[in-house]
Amino acid sequence: MKFTLSWLKRHLETDATVAQIAEALTDLGLEVEGIENPAERLADFTIGYVQSAEKHPDADKLQVCQVTTKDGPTQIICGAPNARAGITVVIASPGTYVPGIDTTIGVGKIRGIESFGMMCSEREMELSEEHDGIIELPEGEVGQSFSDWLSIHDPARVDPVIEIAITPNRPDALGVRGVARDLAARGLGTLKPCDVDVVPAEFTADMKVSIDDDTLDGCPIFCGRLIRGVRNGPSPAWLQTQLRAIGLRPISFLVDVTNWFTYDLNRPLHVFDADKVAGNLRVHRAAGGEVMTALDDKVYTLQTGQMVISDDNGPESIAGIMGGADTGCTLDTVNVFVESAYWDPVQIAYAGRALKVNSDARYRFERGIDPAFTPDGLEHAVRMIVDHAGGEASKLIQAGRVPDTARAYKLDAKRVISLVGMEIPESTQRQTLTALGFRLEGDMANVPSWRPDVQGEADLVEEVARIASLTKLQGKPLPRMTAGVPKPILTMGQVRQQAGKRTAAVLGYNECVTYSFVDREAATLFGGGDDATMLENPISTEMSHMRPNLLPGLLRAAARNQARGFMDMALFEVGAGFHGGEPGEQHALISGVLIGRTGPKDVHGTSRPVDVYDAKADVEAVLAAMGAPAKVQILRGAADWWHPGRHGKICLGPKKVLAVFGELHPKVLREMDIKGPAVGFTIWPDELPLPKNKTTTRGPLIATDLQAVERDFAFVVDSQVEALTLVNAAAGADKALITDVRVFDEFIGGSLGEGKKSLAVTVRLQPTEATLKDADIEAVSARIVEKVTKATGGILRG
Amino acid sequence: MDDLKQKYLGLIADTADEAGLEQLRVQSLGKKGEISLAMRELGRMTPEERQVAGPALNALKDEINSALLAKKAGLADAALDARLRTEWLDVTLPARDRRQGTIHPISQVTEEVTAIFADMGFAVAEGPQIESDWYNFDALNIPGHHPARAEMDTFYTHRAPGDNRPPHVLRTHTSPVQIRSLEANGAPTRIICPGRVYRADYDQTHTPMFHQVEGLAIDKDISMANLKWVLEEFVKAYFEVDTVDIRFRASHFPFTEPSAEVDIRCSWEGGTLKVGEGDDWLEILGSGMVHPKVLQAAGVDPTQWQGFAFGMGIDRIAMLKYGIPDLRAFFDSDLRWLRHYGFAALDVPTLHGGLSR
Repeated sequence: MKFTLSWLKRHLETDATVAQIAEALTDLGLEVEGIENPAERLADFTIGYVQSAEKHPDADKLQVCQVTTKDGPTQIICGAPNARAGITVVIASPGTYVPGIDTTIGVGKIRGIESFGMMCSEREMELSEEHDGIIELPEGEVGQSFSDWLSIHDPARVDPVIEIAITPNRPDALGVRGVARDLAARGLGTLKPCDVDVVPAEFTADMKVSIDDDTLDGCPIFCGRLIRGVRNGPSPAWLQTQLRAIGLRPISFLVDVTNWFTYDLNRPLHVFDADKVAGNLRVHRAAGGEVMTALDDKVYTLQTGQMVISDDNGPESIAGIMGGADTGCTLDTVNVFVESAYWDPVQIAYAGRALKVNSDARYRFERGIDPAFTPDGLEHAVRMIVDHAGGEASKLIQAGRVPDTARAYKLDAKRVISLVGMEIPESTQRQTLTALGFRLEGDMANVPSWRPDVQGEADLVEEVARIASLTKLQGKPLPRMTAGVPKPILTMGQVRQQAGKRTAAVLGYNECVTYSFVDREAATLFGGGDDATMLENPISTEMSHMRPNLLPGLLRAAARNQARGFMDMALFEVGAGFHGGEPGEQHALISGVLIGRTGPKDVHGTSRPVDVYDAKADVEAVLAAMGAPAKVQILRGAADWWHPGRHGKICLGPKKVLAVFGELHPKVLREMDIKGPAVGFTIWPDELPLPKNKTTTRGPLIATDLQAVERDFAFVVDSQVEALTLVNAAAGADKALITDVRVFDEFIGGSLGEGKKSLAVTVRLQPTEATLKDADIEAVSARIVEKVTKATGGILRG
Repeated sequence: MDDLKQKYLGLIADTADEAGLEQLRVQSLGKKGEISLAMRELGRMTPEERQVAGPALNALKDEINSALLAKKAGLADAALDARLRTEWLDVTLPARDRRQGTIHPISQVTEEVTAIFADMGFAVAEGPQIESDWYNFDALNIPGHHPARAEMDTFYTHRAPGDNRPPHVLRTHTSPVQIRSLEANGAPTRIICPGRVYRADYDQTHTPMFHQVEGLAIDKDISMANLKWVLEEFVKAYFEVDTVDIRFRASHFPFTEPSAEVDIRCSWEGGTLKVGEGDDWLEILGSGMVHPKVLQAAGVDPTQWQGFAFGMGIDRIAMLKYGIPDLRAFFDSDLRWLRHYGFAALDVPTLHGGLSR
């Protein structure tokens, strides 16, 4: 919303400066977005008087002028044809920046003669394109600031333009008068009266207006007057200047009047060329399918129920949104029907959205204009038209009546103070509301008809607080809910996720935050991509589906990095995957991917391609940091984006999957354009069981001084036998004695023959009562072999 | 006996290797060694002679023995020194590679914000990212026709043909979490709600997904002045400055009343932000007193309870604090960016240790 200072002053009697007004507006909630102040640019220019002018001895077109300026007698060389003695001019003294030539004036010599400034043309000051000579002022006092001179003699040229942002709750501030009212309530001036001198009726028009019964809830009142014999044409200069200043293009007087009142009083109007209207006007609901061309020359097809104004020929105006081209006013219009109606905000909002029309009228009606002002708004416009364009006005034609918006809320002065936390005396509160147009009866505040946003006591609080100024509000400490050292506030799940995150970073993974939506192809590869998780209005096909898990986003990120020449990486993300489209159909995930080699090639020869055991080590470390149980099962049969033979599910029982690790399926990698080996893991943090007891004490440490013994065993087993089975069997041979079973070698094929492998384990025996004797060791060794053989069919290697 | 001593001490001193020393040991102290033989002579001596010669011989034996051991240790040291002189490595060669992980600025800043508000008693609440339009809009006093709905660039989820329910939305703010939390736990309460939010907008300064943290404090007598204090304390702690000047500007949000936008005083000299000084104002968040209708929608009696809410962009305050120029890069996962703007794994922000290094 833009307006000029002089426009504001039509409604506000004030001496406040632009800066004061701007500061107050922002503080009041009418945030100033920009101020264009032509006077500021001209602040350094002053008025001078040319005492004499003589031809420059060495240049035909230059004059050496002696000028009286703010600095006293001054010599200035000038090339303008009209430079001569006895004229009052505008001086740019040394140090003044001249915008039109983008130069700061200095003292200089021109053809050997010194010059101490410049006399300016309009173009040089960017006032106009005028450059036939320097400015000659009819009068002016030497040394006076030129911007001050302009504000007295030609104020329109230094009229500051103020642009403010209007929040959706303040339709009243979409008119200059509403802005003025706020400023007056703040104490920045006095609101001027806005009475209308109603044009007497000369005749009764034949034209009638009706509102269908089913449309009265959307158009409770419709007023109009017919004006016969107007002379349309260009608007008067002041009107054109004001419209231009706020970025509107003057069209013709009749149209400009409607635009001007839209901004001046937030009263959108419409003018019909009465000669083009056939018969009577009827406000009704569209049956659907009616077609009309609006003033923007676009063709609209109306939808069932939308409000429309029709004549005998059919729809002529999209009610409250935009008039029709067929009945619009032109320069030839002589008989005009001026419309002022009130349209229901909700219905206008839906119709405007459905038809995709933006207009100043829709913008205002959908926020809510003042319904009680409908007849007076019309009278203001009729007065202006008749005064300038002549003609005689008919009697008021009205359908419906002003809707009753009367309501009152209790002003609870104590509650205002309690909510805002500022001591605002009750008298001040009442004064504020009164200044804003509320009418106080006892402690009940009657809401003015132009404030549809005020719907309860809380709104009164807001009005009082904002006029009192929130900038002045002093902070008050918020006491702790309980005194003393604050208690921890994170849940176990939050603590665990944080631990998982930090551990992944410790392990060398870079944390990513990727978009929650991915393309359908990627989603489909990872078990998603169905319609339930599809967006209705994605911003691109790359972001069409909610991600089923984190892997597609991470792999896309990896591919982008590979395209930039980074082939090896470790990435992880912590976030939600979506298994459906309903609220809550999401689950927490931690995923990591390792791609390429373990590191760059190096002198130590340690760099090698990443493999599934890297992923396993990392997922185990992250799980351990998150407090997952150490004793788990490793099962197979995870989703099909893992390599079928090279992955494992870390489980507590077949249904309780804590995590998966493995190689990614080669086909998936090809589809995702990943080069080199890629392994990864996914953890479901919510599946981790909560600790059973919440004691901080630990069990006692049992550390015996008796010598531990380690024995190695190698077994030949079928190649499909899993190491964990063997380890568990060995460990089960003597649970008291055996503290650890570690696989240290795997050997496949060779002399063992097809389908066989050798697994070697170290078993650590820790006696607790007496040193182990050979016989004891023999005995437990035999049990180990027996158990392993029974569990795996393996035989001890000789 | 002195001759013997001089002889062997001289021989030991002259020996250059361990084998020679062993030979000398045998020659002097071995079974048939010279000193051992001399010891045997003791038996034939008179007790008087023995009393003199015995201790002298023992002393000689000890002396020779020590000399042998000392020489042996000296030889071993010399040999080790000689070996070490040959064992030279180019220690300027690079060490074995160790990957450096990083924490994303979003995570880091979320933890920073959490640490600050935790001290003021705010817990962390979380909720669904796909929301019903009731939780995202209606419960927050944004009815269907409200212009804010259209202005929020909402993402809607697809509805199967025949499913005539209004579509769900990707939450446009984390405010629905406030509603859910109030429904579940009631008042009094103090929570912050950090998380992902979505708006259908993509340009230089907007991404379709970003992060918000909202705060909510409800009690019997919480005022807007308390809100201002909390935000002042937050801004000081977060930006790690001693003083801060914050400005409340009246504004409008459907879910709060009165509402205020909050600016902090800052300077942008040389392109770097300095909070707490200068002539510029930087808008960092929106806030206000929770609208009675919102409390009602969440099942909290607005005649009994009152309080404030606020919301700000985590990405935005991360950019401001750490001088990160481009929002879009947050979600691109460019390794160079992750390493440059990321945080060390063990840089856990705390109030006692400081939020940043």
